[in-house]
Amino acid sequence: MTVIDNTTLKLDPEEARRARQERLERIGKWVLPLAIMVLAIVLWDRICVWNEIPQYILPRPGVVLQTLHNDAGLLFSSLLVTLRITFLSLLLAVIGGVGLSVLFAQSKWVEMSFFPFAIVLQVTPIVAIFPLINIYVNNQTVKLLLCAWIVAFFPILSNTTLGLNSVDRNLRDLFKLNGATRWQQLRYLRLPAAMPYFLGGLKIAGGLSLIGAVVAEFVAGAQGQSSGLASRIIEAGYRLNAPRLFAALILISLTGILIFLVLSLVSHLILRRWHESALKQER
Amino acid sequence: MIQDKVAETPAASEEAPMLLALRNVGKVFSNGVTALSKVDLAIREGDFLSLLGPSGCGKSTALRLIAGLSTPTSGQLDWRGSIDRSNTGFVFQEPTLLPWASVFDNVWLPLRLKGVSRAKAEPAVTEMLARVHLTGFENAVPRELSGGMKMRVSIARAMVTKPRILLMDEPFAALDEITRFKLNNDLLELWQDQRFTVVFVTHSVFESVFLSSRVVVMAARPGRVHGELPISAPYPRDEAFRTSPDYAALCRQASDVLVDAINSTAGSRHDGH
Repeated sequence: MTVIDNTTLKLDPEEARRARQERLERIGKWVLPLAIMVLAIVLWDRICVWNEIPQYILPRPGVVLQTLHNDAGLLFSSLLVTLRITFLSLLLAVIGGVGLSVLFAQSKWVEMSFFPFAIVLQVTPIVAIFPLINIYVNNQTVKLLLCAWIVAFFPILSNTTLGLNSVDRNLRDLFKLNGATRWQQLRYLRLPAAMPYFLGGLKIAGGLSLIGAVVAEFVAGAQGQSSGLASRIIEAGYRLNAPRLFAALILISLTGILIFLVLSLVSHLILRRWHESALKQER
Repeated sequence: MIQDKVAETPAASEEAPMLLALRNVGKVFSNGVTALSKVDLAIREGDFLSLLGPSGCGKSTALRLIAGLSTPTSGQLDWRGSIDRSNTGFVFQEPTLLPWASVFDNVWLPLRLKGVSRAKAEPAVTEMLARVHLTGFENAVPRELSGGMKMRVSIARAMVTKPRILLMDEPFAALDEITRFKLNNDLLELWQDQRFTVVFVTHSVFESVFLSSRVVVMAARPGRVHGELPISAPYPRDEAFRTSPDYAALCRQASDVLVDAINSTAGSRHDGH
């Protein structure tokens, strides 16, 4: 169809070049990453063969795929355990992050007083906090949830707080002129205005909650208390079962990518009509 | 010269009841800047009053004081009878719309904040949208509209509560000339039809003369009223008025007063933008 357009439109050389460039970019956006990925996998396979690397050090991609299929029952039940912690902690991060930022937005004083605590919680490595949590909390699920939550809630808190405070001054005056109550201002002005910021934070938090869940499982798994994907990795490591280790790793990566894509889609659907970030560039 | 002009004020305007008087109003900001000093200004019911002046003459500050968005440091504002603050319409320089809300929801907003349901607000919103020629755009979001259309939505939103006074802060300054002329005409039409009071801030001599029944010229540092010019040309004013010798003469008078106001700012250079 584009070919017909070009012949009937009689484009000048510059426009024709631009049209060609755009078409190439559209195709390249999908083809290039895929091609590089395939190339990398082939290279990985070849390196194993050429150097005769034993399977317990670096398994060939085909073997990993085979393991993914053979151990599917074990791996996917572990994935479910990890996913449960991930999504629950993300949910709690959303509730905690948005709740706290709304509280912060009520008064500059509250924000000034409590924001540093959130930062302290964020910058202290979770691995260092876990032993404490391990002492204070008995329930295994609560332990993991708490860990993943601490990692995931900060981007939501910090982004939503920024969003709630980034309302246009004139719009704020308009609400004041019309005698809006605090609640009305929050409901009709500040929360919708903070939406793009919140969704940006949510995308980061989605990935972090998975990382948080896996790290928490690692630390807990080292003590033999977990059945998530991380504990499968540790276990496989002990047994020199590299194919299973790789299979678990790939599952975690794919999950992370899937979470990101789903949250990007959600963000796009919510913002597509009005926010700059979701609009196609018009020339 | 200015005093001579006062005699030409249309009698009807003189007789109209006073709506608001600014008496000896001053405003000093916490950084020490005197934005307004000893401002006396009478606004009568049904006036179309323009505040004309260079940047920094306090015209926007005066508007914010009238709107109740800010309080005077000295002097007072006397409203006739009791005025409900929310009975004031305000149009900003930017359209200042909610970008996520439809045109309908944007116009509904002031009523919504007063607890009027969508169904109850619908007749008023629909009528207002028709008045600003936006029927059929109810479901569009602001980014789908042109600059002029966004400003129309902003005016509809300000007028949907039927305020007694409409305050406008350089509303058309960012628009192209063709759109601005069109909106000038539409605003006058709306005003003649509903006879609310308008206080219109601008730095355009031509716009103030075309629209107003009175032009108040302000001077800067400190912001103060420099002079007043009644525009006695009869309404309705249309494109014919815009090209008439009367209009040109009035613009020259207003321009003279403005130049005088700028020169009166002793020892400081006007470098407005």
